[in-house]
Amino acid sequence: MIRLERRLEQPWWLSVVVPLGSLAVAFAILAVVLAVSGHAVGATFRDIVEAGFTGNQSLSTTLISATPILFTGLAAAAAFRMELFNIGAEGQLYLGAVGAAWIALQLGDHGVESTPLFVVSMCVAAAVLGAAWALIPGALRAFANTNEIITSLMLNYVAGLLLTYLIYDSASYWRDTSTLQARAFPQGKPMPEAAEWPSFGSDVVVPLGFAIGVGVAVMLWALYSRTRFGFEVSVIADSPRAARYAGMRTRRKILAVMALSGAVAGIGGASQVAEFSHTLDGSPQGLQAAAFGYTGIVVAALARYNPLAVCLVSVLIGGLLNAGYTLQGADFPSGLVGVMQGIILFCALGGELLIRYRLTIRRRVRAHADGGTAPEAAA
Amino acid sequence: MNDSLLVIVLAQAVLYGTPLLYAALGELLAERSGVLNLGVEGMMLFGAAVGFWASQRVDGSTEVVLTVAILAAAASGAAMALIHAFLTITLRASQIVSGLALTIFAGGLGLSAYFGAELHLAELPAVHQFKPLDLFGLGDVAFFGPILFDQSAVVYLSWLATLAVGLYLARTRLGLNVRAVGEAPASADAMGINVALYRYVHVLVGGAFAGVGGACYSLAIAPGWVAGDVLVSGAGWIAIALVIFAFWRAELCLVGAYLFGGLSALPFALQAHDVTVTPEFLQALPYVMTVVVLVLVSTAFARRRIGAPAALGRPYVREER
Repeated sequence: MIRLERRLEQPWWLSVVVPLGSLAVAFAILAVVLAVSGHAVGATFRDIVEAGFTGNQSLSTTLISATPILFTGLAAAAAFRMELFNIGAEGQLYLGAVGAAWIALQLGDHGVESTPLFVVSMCVAAAVLGAAWALIPGALRAFANTNEIITSLMLNYVAGLLLTYLIYDSASYWRDTSTLQARAFPQGKPMPEAAEWPSFGSDVVVPLGFAIGVGVAVMLWALYSRTRFGFEVSVIADSPRAARYAGMRTRRKILAVMALSGAVAGIGGASQVAEFSHTLDGSPQGLQAAAFGYTGIVVAALARYNPLAVCLVSVLIGGLLNAGYTLQGADFPSGLVGVMQGIILFCALGGELLIRYRLTIRRRVRAHADGGTAPEAAA
Repeated sequence: MNDSLLVIVLAQAVLYGTPLLYAALGELLAERSGVLNLGVEGMMLFGAAVGFWASQRVDGSTEVVLTVAILAAAASGAAMALIHAFLTITLRASQIVSGLALTIFAGGLGLSAYFGAELHLAELPAVHQFKPLDLFGLGDVAFFGPILFDQSAVVYLSWLATLAVGLYLARTRLGLNVRAVGEAPASADAMGINVALYRYVHVLVGGAFAGVGGACYSLAIAPGWVAGDVLVSGAGWIAIALVIFAFWRAELCLVGAYLFGGLSALPFALQAHDVTVTPEFLQALPYVMTVVVLVLVSTAFARRRIGAPAALGRPYVREER
């Protein structure tokens, strides 16, 4: 029979080998799904790899897809590490986009033309609004002990409706009302040209947002593994009661971690505005259709909530997303990307067992006193 | 009188509350056994797709077709729940992350979209659908008639389900065992109750309920199938919140479901009566109210009398008790 024994020590290589193994299992299951629904398995996988990673310029487009989920992945990792389940990165990203678009339009109105100033102020505005939105469920959790999973999720829908409202159903500052056509077909005001973030590299183009995301990841890693704050967060995660007895300020940590998580997700929204849409995109097919926030949870879980690993995993999942956009069609139905993400996440979760427990297989010993048969264990 | 705005909103509240009620009852069963399943939204979306597909594929009278479709939706919900059950009960994975994974896997950008696209569900017009049925002959009674007795079979069935779940949990031996498994799995285990089996069964039945709830959208409310998550749009999450509002009791789930059903139905009813309110504001109401009510029940006053199962969210490992 199979027995599970809790590991007293977790060898470091396990946290590399097990996720990779989980990925392999996930792709095996996906192959079965594809085969069952009548798709050519080999060709589909080859297309995914080519469209996502190896094809001409595909790594550059993959990095564009990876940027928002790098931010939302970091946001999820930052909160989940404290067992604080902020699944509102989706809404916090929208609010970040709103804030970034506002400051960019304001600066544009005042004739500012310095791109670095745009980058910094857009990041700050986005972080502030994202953090404020995250502080709603954060404060409710800290002071009213309200389940943050449901409140943060409900606020995603509210944020989405706010976005639609700003562009479609109001004469808001963000909406373009300058021409007759723009009044008939609602759309956001275009950003000033200087608000476009630069990118680096020629063979592989790295968007500035991705670079900022990597910087944020390093900061988060340092914060969580090298500071007292990070230590207290992990104590609170492992044992809230022990943390309270030790005099750690749990409420403050909840507020701080939620704000941090929301701020990171918000910067993701800024990068979407500055590098991708160049306007506040309120349409249901735009920012809201991509589900960056939820994908971020997949990224964070697969990275085992390690900010540095989030960078790698976001490129991997970004490649899958990118392949999904490129291949969309009869051979690659729209839901396949979500199915892939789900299967990968399921396998990663199942793999956790192997990290935490040691599997030992031993023969069942039947030692009945009256049985008279020889014990099978000898075999 | 029977056409007044109030009557229409209340009748719609019952109809729109029905999927919430099914999903909440399912989640209630799972949570009472100690398993939190955040995959309700995904299971509902998949149930909606499979139920609609079955209604297109089966030949026969409308009654037969719809029965088969509801059963198919229940089976699909249970199949999705099985993934969650295996991961959390057998593999001891985090219930929260596994539930989220289930919603991503089965949801509007996942399996239900894949299934719908492969079978071209969006292009099919609804052939069979649940129609209002004056089962008790009380449909003409003033005020209450159109609200309660001119509804479709799924509504009447949901009352039966509420009664059954309520009695099962409160008045039967098995229900007592379920509560023991959710409150104190170690004691239940010592009593000879198979904790894992009870949890598996209730998570699966809970998934079946969520699947039926999803099918209410594609077979009664919409009816039809639309890609993405617009069909269910957050009802699964509201259902999870409902279980908390209802203090883990079946009869209160019904009250809460109709309350939120009313909030979801309000925009359509007002639009039909040419009342102009900013649509986004009305659409946001159910979500905002969910947050507000959740805060109210989670404040100190309410915490004293609610009964969250003590072992909710925790895997049961015999060796580590």
